[in-house]
Amino acid sequence: MLNDIQEFYSILPFIILGTGILISVLIEMYSSNSERILPWFSIIIFGVVGFYSLFNVNSVSVIMQNMLQTGGIPNIFIFIFSFGAAITCLLSIDYIKKYGVYFGEYYILIQISVLGMMCMAGAKDLLMIFLGLEIMSVSFYALAGLNRRRLNANEASLKYFLLGAFATGFTVYGIALIYGAAHSTSIDIITAQFPVMSGNILFLAGVLLFFIGFSFKIAAFPFHMWVPDVYQGSATTIAGLFSTGGKAAAFSAIIASLSALFGGSLHIFLPYLAVISLLSMLFGSIVAIAQDNIKRMLAYSSIAHAGYLIIGLASGNHIGITGVVFYITAYTFMNLGAFGIVSMIEGNDETNLDINSYAGLSEKSPMLALLLSVFMFALAGIPPFAGFFGKYYVFISAIKANITWLAVIGVISSAISVYFYIRIVVLMYFKESKSEFTVQYSNTGLLAVFICFLIVILLGIVPGSIINLISSFL
Amino acid sequence: MDTNQLLTYVLFTPLIGAMLLLVFQREHEQEIRIFGLAISIITFILSLMIFAKFESLNPGFQFVLKIPWITNLNISYHVGVDGLSMLLLLLTTFITPLTLLSSWKSINKKVKEFTFFMLLLEVGMIGVFVSLDLFLFYVFWEAMLIPMYFIIGIWGGERRIYASVKFFLFTMFGSLLMLVAIIWLAVSAGGVVGHFTTDLIELYSVGPAAAKNFQNWMFLAFTLSFAIKIPLFPLHTWLPDAHVEAPTAGSIILAAVLLKMGTYGLLRFCLPLFPDAAITFAPYISVLAVIGIIYGALVAMVQKDMKKLVAYSSVSHLGFIVLGIFAMTQESIQGAVIQMVNHGLSTGALFFLVGVIYERTHTREISEYGGLAKIVPVFSAALLIASLSSIGLPGLNGFIGEFLILLGSFKSPVLNSWGFTVFAASGVIFSAVYLLWMYQRVIFGVVKNPKMEKITDMNAREVVVFASLLIFIVWIGVYPSTFLKVSDRSIARVILQVNTPHPQVDLK
Repeated sequence: MLNDIQEFYSILPFIILGTGILISVLIEMYSSNSERILPWFSIIIFGVVGFYSLFNVNSVSVIMQNMLQTGGIPNIFIFIFSFGAAITCLLSIDYIKKYGVYFGEYYILIQISVLGMMCMAGAKDLLMIFLGLEIMSVSFYALAGLNRRRLNANEASLKYFLLGAFATGFTVYGIALIYGAAHSTSIDIITAQFPVMSGNILFLAGVLLFFIGFSFKIAAFPFHMWVPDVYQGSATTIAGLFSTGGKAAAFSAIIASLSALFGGSLHIFLPYLAVISLLSMLFGSIVAIAQDNIKRMLAYSSIAHAGYLIIGLASGNHIGITGVVFYITAYTFMNLGAFGIVSMIEGNDETNLDINSYAGLSEKSPMLALLLSVFMFALAGIPPFAGFFGKYYVFISAIKANITWLAVIGVISSAISVYFYIRIVVLMYFKESKSEFTVQYSNTGLLAVFICFLIVILLGIVPGSIINLISSFL
Repeated sequence: MDTNQLLTYVLFTPLIGAMLLLVFQREHEQEIRIFGLAISIITFILSLMIFAKFESLNPGFQFVLKIPWITNLNISYHVGVDGLSMLLLLLTTFITPLTLLSSWKSINKKVKEFTFFMLLLEVGMIGVFVSLDLFLFYVFWEAMLIPMYFIIGIWGGERRIYASVKFFLFTMFGSLLMLVAIIWLAVSAGGVVGHFTTDLIELYSVGPAAAKNFQNWMFLAFTLSFAIKIPLFPLHTWLPDAHVEAPTAGSIILAAVLLKMGTYGLLRFCLPLFPDAAITFAPYISVLAVIGIIYGALVAMVQKDMKKLVAYSSVSHLGFIVLGIFAMTQESIQGAVIQMVNHGLSTGALFFLVGVIYERTHTREISEYGGLAKIVPVFSAALLIASLSSIGLPGLNGFIGEFLILLGSFKSPVLNSWGFTVFAASGVIFSAVYLLWMYQRVIFGVVKNPKMEKITDMNAREVVVFASLLIFIVWIGVYPSTFLKVSDRSIARVILQVNTPHPQVDLK
């Protein structure tokens, strides 16, 4: 009985969010005011889930017949997902009107996708990962094409769906092969067999396919093709969620399932990760320079950031994992901040997305220009902002793992990426405005961006406590 | 007041000032200027208090404060000053109020932002000089780029965007490689001291003991970053652009303090941390330094633009400082340290004066000028003193530094050739040529441009700025030992660290 109560408390975030989804559906069906109620309702749900997980981060337990772990790293991820989603909802309140249409599903789908992410982060079984992945992905496909009157959105949704389904195929096939070799889908049992399995071709092929499937989700080169089009076509706030929550969820699943890999049993995959990382960093940084559309630029920047994150995995040590978790936390808030400002600048009918629209922004709106500059410097990894410390940490892991060359490539890629990040700053501060438009202020949007700003500054100046928290679970 | 916290007060006063500045309304420009100036003067007074309590006989770090920051990585907020950083700290806090004063009239758009960035820049510069933890150092080193980038980019000249981006990318590239080196060093040090550490005091015992090959890589990565900042020939190309396009205040800060961060880095990190590598590479770097001295001087000679001329003269003068550092004798490093301060004062003064005349005429072309002696006599006198100080006339500050560097490099066992001294000495002659020639063309002769007849002489504010610089220009020239004795012991310690054989430990 005691166990049941404990299990109930552990799973409470899932129950809250699940109930929240059902209530949201009811609100959408029966209330004529749902447009105003739903966003705030979702934010409250996300807030409760996020803070509940954060406060219970130390009570680690495995529940539901060894299917799900709560507490520890999964709870940190749950906090990131729900906080990121809450910020997305705050940004959406005004943006969604500008975007043209209002669908009640919007907020409900965001909630469902977060539920999927949570399942991925806590998974102790490959089936759980698959379940979470599908819950998240399907709601993402729908979110991408929410505005069915727009051609771009249709393209984004279809492209995301087709490529995503293809990638899921890889994952499922991988899981099947792993099951065939290990006779179990439980991650603990599989992990225990790593030493024996390291010569089993069936097993290794399974792990490789599993990796490839996730490489799609984290937008790593060469599985990145969907990223720019999907980000450009979907609503800006949703693109922000894809690039942060979606990516974080994929990384959480990799960490949940393969963290044993990084203990040193299956070294053979580390070079694969290192190569993927190298290609993502360089490709993302170089191609981003050529972009004129700010959403595409951020899309390529997100490919480069996937590369930096994979450095942490490729090092195969605990510092690397800590670095990945910290980096993804920092990245979530700086990228959401950037997308948030883009969503505020964006006019009706997808105007003002060209980077030249940002010329002279410091005159039109000093506040937004200042905040966007901070996010750009943070993304470029310049201290004292959060992005710098994330990079510092993954570089430490690489050098500890004796892959200094990867850290050097990372540094070169950072230097390249500085160019396109500060190009936005150049436009905002050093150029005169060419296009006449007035920035439509949104109080909720500003609040959201301001929260991101505070987190980016705080994580940059006092990263110690969260680093200690993360590394205490490894 | 606890003396150990004094440095922290110096470091954070401008930061708090910058934050307080945000509550001012942007229309109150005069109040903003006065507030910024007041903050920078308070910072200067605080640093004078440090100077007053500084024990010059103590070669170690003083006013040390160490507070754990990121415990997981043993990174701490660790600050302190020794003889090397004391003078540069004073120079920084002394120059900042003067630059704010010098741009009182010339900066009249976005005054609030300007003052804000200047104060942030001061935080970064002070932080670089007082950090005793490599991580902390790196944070300040990089963070300082942001305000400088804005200062050039917003208030600069026509090609400001090109110059600011070039400045940013050049410096960033070098520093990122240094970042890898810092992490590598910290990870390797873990094998000796038992934990990951970026603490400079701990690393001082680890670095010199490292294997030759390891030291070489580390040394090259650090030196590349510093050489870009100095800038050492052939990495100097960002400097003329940045100098010419920057507003006067930016040029003064750039010349007086920012470039010194590179030479300071060589003395603080490259020599004591990797002594074997430093000795190996010393002749090669000295060759580049000497090429820089002559190249900078020759290029300065043919410049048509006054600001560019002064900018190239910086390349030449910084070459002297690098030569002094890598000659690795007590005299030469002594000369290099005092020359860092001298260059800050003289070149700062030259940039200030070029700015003064540019505000009135809006041209920097030397050929547009002529016959200023009759029109603006005070300015002419000031320019003469600043030029002579930069040339190194005995009795003014430049002489003592260059003399010590030449003396030290002549008898240097590391360089072991008088060739360096001979070629470097020619730089002194060249500097007399280009500066006096410019002076002659600008000040003497007939007035070529009728518009020049109407310009006014330096006003009280400008005289105050120049006079403040002049006090130290003369002081160092006449009685340098006030300043030499500050750095004497710390330099001896660096040389001892370089020359002591260290037991080799196998670091990878």
